[in-house]
Amino acid sequence: MEQAGSKGRPDLRALFLGFSSVGLSGFGGVLPFARRMLVDERRWMTAEEFNAQLGLCQFLPGPNVINLAVVVGKRYQGLFGAIVAPLGLMAGPLAIVLLLALFYDAYGSLPQAQGMLRGIAAVGCGLLFAMAWRMGMAIKDKPWFLPCTVLVVVAIAGLRWPMPWVMLAGLILSGGVAYWRLGRK
Amino acid sequence: MIVLQLFLDFALLSFVAFGGATALLPEMHRVVVDNHHWLNDTTFTHLYAIAQAAPGPNVLVVTLIGWEVAGLAGALAATAAMCLPMSIVIYLLIDRWEAFAGKRWQRAISLGVSPLAVGLIFSGATLIAQAADFGWATWLLAIATVIANLRLKLHPLWFIAAGAALGLAGLV
Repeated sequence: MEQAGSKGRPDLRALFLGFSSVGLSGFGGVLPFARRMLVDERRWMTAEEFNAQLGLCQFLPGPNVINLAVVVGKRYQGLFGAIVAPLGLMAGPLAIVLLLALFYDAYGSLPQAQGMLRGIAAVGCGLLFAMAWRMGMAIKDKPWFLPCTVLVVVAIAGLRWPMPWVMLAGLILSGGVAYWRLGRK
Repeated sequence: MIVLQLFLDFALLSFVAFGGATALLPEMHRVVVDNHHWLNDTTFTHLYAIAQAAPGPNVLVVTLIGWEVAGLAGALAATAAMCLPMSIVIYLLIDRWEAFAGKRWQRAISLGVSPLAVGLIFSGATLIAQAADFGWATWLLAIATVIANLRLKLHPLWFIAAGAALGLAGLV
């Protein structure tokens, strides 16, 4: 367990800079870095507070870490904090990615660039399969839930149905199964 | 107007983005490539690759798609569409979260979402493979990445660097 006790209220500047450091430090998901910044380094919240706040951020759809920045920003500086913290999180990475986009527009048609991007896409594809595998293995009650996974793959990758409808149906089915399984324990 | 269309399409998607922007890859491809023909398969996979190699939240792939579709305005509109709606919802809901956290229906949704997210991410991976028109060497690299990633505790950047090097050498 991390040490408890927060180091006072961060002001808007601290929120912006704190979340900037989070945004720029992570590759392929920055949530662990957000935790380290908030709990371990700057001690704006305890581990328990972090987990409690993260609950809603993970419950709702959307980019979890941006949701988290909104929550932390609001907690310390109200509406302005809730605006400044996600801006800090996004500003640096956004600038970098737009710079890369400019490079891509200028040099993307070169065979070397195409080759590199193809190699990275192949690796990225592998990382996605690995992430799906890891998340799938972490599911409890697999015989009941994995059929829902299969249905999503068939509907999205196979039939190319629109995702909002698939998710609505999937949530009713999968959430229904979960509701029923929770009642049995 | 293309920027407005982009904003509305992505704002709708933000409401089903369980599992973050990564889980949205197949649907973004459907909207941007299949429906509107704003981008082609190759550009889409390239943008995914660039987002992989850049620091920051996964949502930045959305920024890149917006940029290629409609320039700076597109980039900002797509990013805002993906982030803003849920940010507002969470701003309004966070103070009431305690009241429904741990309730049976809340836990059921949390549990129910993850099998769906797994399916979406798996679909995203197959989609990238299709859109990039993988050959045997590309598949070999992807499979090697899966195994290495599951077995070894390596930073993702090492994989990205290896992929870039192999691609630059023309091997995949």
